[in-house]
Amino acid sequence: MKILKLIFKNTLRHKLRTFLTIFGIAIAVIAFGVLRTFVTAWYQGVEASAANRLIVRQAVSFIFPLPYSYREKILQVGDVTKVTFANWFGGVYIDQSNFFARLAVDPDTYFDVYNEFVVPNDQLETFKKERNTCVIGAEIAKKYNLKIGDVMTVDGDIYPGRWEFIVRGIYQPKFKSTDATQMLFHWDYVDERMKQEMPGRAGDVGWYVVMINNPAKASNVSNQIDALFKNSSAETKTETESAFQQGFIQASGAIITSMNFISFIIIGIIMLVLGNTMIMSARERTREYAVLKTLGFSGKHLAGIIMGESLMISLLGGIIGLFLTYPIVVGLGELIPRGVFPVFEIKTITLVLAASAALIIGIAAAIFPIQRALKTKIIDGFRFVG
Amino acid sequence: MADIIKVQDVNKSYWRDSIEIPVLNNISLNINEGEFLALMGPSGSGKTTLLNLISGIDKPSNGKIIINGTDIARLGESALAKWRATNIGFVFQFYNLIPVLTAYENVELPLLLTKLSKSERKKHVETALDIVGLSDRIDHYPKQLSGGQEQRVAIARAIVTDPIILVADEPTGDLDKNSAEEILTLMERLNKEFNKTIILVTHDPHAASKAHIIRHLEKGDLIQEAV
Repeated sequence: MKILKLIFKNTLRHKLRTFLTIFGIAIAVIAFGVLRTFVTAWYQGVEASAANRLIVRQAVSFIFPLPYSYREKILQVGDVTKVTFANWFGGVYIDQSNFFARLAVDPDTYFDVYNEFVVPNDQLETFKKERNTCVIGAEIAKKYNLKIGDVMTVDGDIYPGRWEFIVRGIYQPKFKSTDATQMLFHWDYVDERMKQEMPGRAGDVGWYVVMINNPAKASNVSNQIDALFKNSSAETKTETESAFQQGFIQASGAIITSMNFISFIIIGIIMLVLGNTMIMSARERTREYAVLKTLGFSGKHLAGIIMGESLMISLLGGIIGLFLTYPIVVGLGELIPRGVFPVFEIKTITLVLAASAALIIGIAAAIFPIQRALKTKIIDGFRFVG
Repeated sequence: MADIIKVQDVNKSYWRDSIEIPVLNNISLNINEGEFLALMGPSGSGKTTLLNLISGIDKPSNGKIIINGTDIARLGESALAKWRATNIGFVFQFYNLIPVLTAYENVELPLLLTKLSKSERKKHVETALDIVGLSDRIDHYPKQLSGGQEQRVAIARAIVTDPIILVADEPTGDLDKNSAEEILTLMERLNKEFNKTIILVTHDPHAASKAHIIRHLEKGDLIQEAV
């Protein structure tokens, strides 16, 4: 505590250099925080997965449909409590930039299986009764200023034509990690039109979502379901919801790995920058360290002074960086279409990693100058010409 | 008066690559408590090296240096640092004040290593600055002081822990005549009034004349010469 004043005054000795170093660290922490937020947002689907939900999809590829008739057979499998299904509808709402998930679902069962989508009872009942209606996430309602009774028009691409849905329900996310950006409407409504316009595509289901009574039996139930449809024209692949989401992420694996890599490269670069600053400071003060040693300051004291200065710079940069990361992430979240990353926010782990990085940078940058200060003999320190 | 410093058969050599360069040859020297001794000699004669050995900032190649009963050549780095903090006050040619600290803070530095409270430290610092006549400059930074004033702050820093020995390496070497005289008068006062044992390294015969004893070093050998 007694040498804190000396540490503080040393830190401010070269104000511009210190300011630029702190600024550099703050920028690095912001870049780290933003990149990590992208990475965690990517994994959000996995985090939000329920352990007791299985996804049944076409074994060849997710893009191929399954017959509606599978539903009853899956329900017969032991430990299966509920089955629902959905189709990826796609389409364009207003224009291409407004991306969010639009799914044709089974209105009677979907919200039982996805009970994290909380819809008021009266709204849900109305939705179930009226086929040309939809339920939307609270974030979608907020972003497009939609309320109950409004009509949403979607231009279909996978399901061609102009589609109109009346908003009959707005669901609230039960958890922070729940996606509140989905638009859900009647599978029947879509299928009915398919029967008329493209009969070959009627009766198709994108994937089934199976609720089981015991997550520990997920593997067994998956095997049983897949065995049911073995050697059929549409074999299935059943996996946990988490594994299913993970599969999507793996498709973007190279990008995520690059982002992870770059985020840590940034930390490495700024470590070199602060290390350089500390080496310059320690070199300039070689004579002063000799004076302090002469006065009786031990190696421990000198290490404390150098480490203290390094930590003060790195932590100050880290704190400023973390404070600025918040508004930047919020701003970016506004710019990115809501459906791309349903939850785009700074995670606690990102904060912890960024703060730890600042701490580690501070410690690492001080090691070499401390070593040098301790190794230099007093008489050599007095002879030193910087 | 008892010998407070006993230098016994001390040799010191430095190594440049594989070449040994002898600096001090078999030096023996006793200094009494309260004595004011001047070490003179041409550049490279080894006077600063001898001062460094006596003050514990360098170690002899062999021989003993016993200060107040402690053979400091046998102390480890950490113990030696503690020993210096309590026993030796240093005055350098170029003052060596910390530029970002005020006069008060510079003088307070050695006291930060003690267990004194803030108010006790304040009392000590103010006393030291009063002795050197700089009570009105406590908040001044080194760059706001003249060379003579900087050296007086350095002396205040040297005496603030009340050490038994003061070592001064060319303390007037960077000062004008008047300032040099002030510093020498101050050192005489510290010796007489406060009974500090002083070892002064100097080229200046006038500065050396203030000492009780002058010793000459030539090419690493000590030549006895009483005043």
